[in-house]
Amino acid sequence: MTLHTVTLIVNGQELSAEAESRLLLSDFIRHTLGLTGTHVGCEHGVCGACTILFDGEPVRSCLMLAVQAHGHIIETVESLGTPDNMHPLQEAFHAAHGLQCGYCTPGFLMTLKPYLEQNPNPTEREIREAISGNLCRCTGYQHIVDAVLLAAQKNHKQENKHQ
Amino acid sequence: MKPAPFEYIAPNNLDEALIAMEVNGFDGKLLAGGQSLIPVMNFRLAQPAVIVDLNGVTELDFIRPNPGGGVTIGALTRQSRLEHDAIVRDRVPLLHATIPFIAHPQIRNRGTIGGSLAHADPAGELPVLSVALQARFKLQRYDKERWVNATDFYQALFMTALEPQEIMTAIEIPPLPPRTGWAFQELARRHGDYAQAGVATLIALDDDGVCTYARLVFLNVGEIPMVATEAAQLLVGERISAESITAVVNHAIQHEIEPTSDVHASADYKRHLAGVLTKRAIRQAANRVTS
Ligand SMILES: Cc1cc2nc3c(=O)[nH]c(=O)nc-3n(C[C@H](O)[C@H](O)[C@H](O)COP(=O)(O)OP(=O)(O)OC[C@H]3O[C@@H](n4cnc5c(N)ncnc54)[C@H](O)[C@@H]3O)c2cc1C
Ligand code: FES
Ligand code: FES
Repeated sequence: MTLHTVTLIVNGQELSAEAESRLLLSDFIRHTLGLTGTHVGCEHGVCGACTILFDGEPVRSCLMLAVQAHGHIIETVESLGTPDNMHPLQEAFHAAHGLQCGYCTPGFLMTLKPYLEQNPNPTEREIREAISGNLCRCTGYQHIVDAVLLAAQKNHKQENKHQ
Repeated sequence: MKPAPFEYIAPNNLDEALIAMEVNGFDGKLLAGGQSLIPVMNFRLAQPAVIVDLNGVTELDFIRPNPGGGVTIGALTRQSRLEHDAIVRDRVPLLHATIPFIAHPQIRNRGTIGGSLAHADPAGELPVLSVALQARFKLQRYDKERWVNATDFYQALFMTALEPQEIMTAIEIPPLPPRTGWAFQELARRHGDYAQAGVATLIALDDDGVCTYARLVFLNVGEIPMVATEAAQLLVGERISAESITAVVNHAIQHEIEPTSDVHASADYKRHLAGVLTKRAIRQAANRVTS
């Protein structure tokens, strides 16, 4: 068994850790780095619970190897906010009841963060397309869509204030 | 749901990758986007002894317009890049319009054109498009290279012309003939799922609206992308009408596709579906013909 040293930037911090070549990035994040906010549902790319940002783009961490993150930048749900200082998307999910059990939520948030930055004014249809790769077994999606619309509105209000 | 152990090699350029495959081709696997390979490794349906990771070979990530029209695309180009690229949009609109049918945004951020073509899933959109557009693939080994037509590349279920040591490095898509319209139609149970059936269509019409060229290639109704040559030929010399379309559709679905039943749909249903989609696709392609 060969161990590889993986050096990467995780949520803004440079880290190094050892990984066997077969270790999935999702398991590296959860078990090696101890960042258990990233959830694992299916481990074959279907559910989206394990979505993280890899060099700024949302990807399935269960379909990558930890060694592939060497020299790259990853962001997990822990980078968004804290209970006292939530990210606007987290606030909107809270306010609009966008989660019940919360298992799927980290994947939705990490999918939506870059999406809203690039598409600040999405329609309901566009939101549904953007989250088509994330499964939620609780909410029926309606409240998640509501939360995204709310987060987009809030962003606009904030921008108007600054102008 | 974890891969079996393997040795990991990460070449930094194409030469290194070709050498790695020359040495390890028989018990190793190339890793591109990993969106098909890692799931089968997680299920342990594949247990390669060596993984040669192509992701550091960035020289295979390119989109180049060809002088005479058409494009050449590097095998490692991500599906999401094809979706947002202006050259692809202008020169191969059929490809541009079809990418959103492939899985979901997160998967297209990793999945590559070469990986999808080499994986050869009969339900994959890109293999069908490559056959419809008469693309050519550049297959390289350390000491030699060859070009293979998409129509010859797909041989049987998940079987292609690729030799174990070969790397697909580029995909060349020729320009469409003049006055040619295009369409892609598919039906999936949920958007982003693999489709139950689908069809890519090209139609060329002359000034009088008479068909001069037709091509129909089907998705997920056979072991490989299914080309309905005879049915397409029935349209040549005809105008696009309810009668001419019905004749084409009936011939194609009765004689030129081989759907099999699965848990979601019977073979008969897929046959029917392929017919409905073909009717729509022929009309849509004909409407897109511009002089
Ligand atoms: C949930 C989910 C839904 C999906 N839905 C769809 C869908 O609707 N339609 C669809 O078409 N696809 C779908 N896919 C598959 C996706 O498009 C994959 O990206 C694609 O099939 C494989 O591309 P890849 O780059 O990820 O290749 P990999 O998974 O890395 O490799 C696939 C195979 O090709 C070989 N290979 C890769 N690159 C090369 C090369 N350059 N030369 C030679 N061999 C090579 C590998 O060795 C491997 O055998 C889905 C995947 C998932 C996880
Ligand atoms: S755990 Fe990665 S997509 Fe389900
Ligand atoms: S909130 Fe329970 S799965 Fe989405």
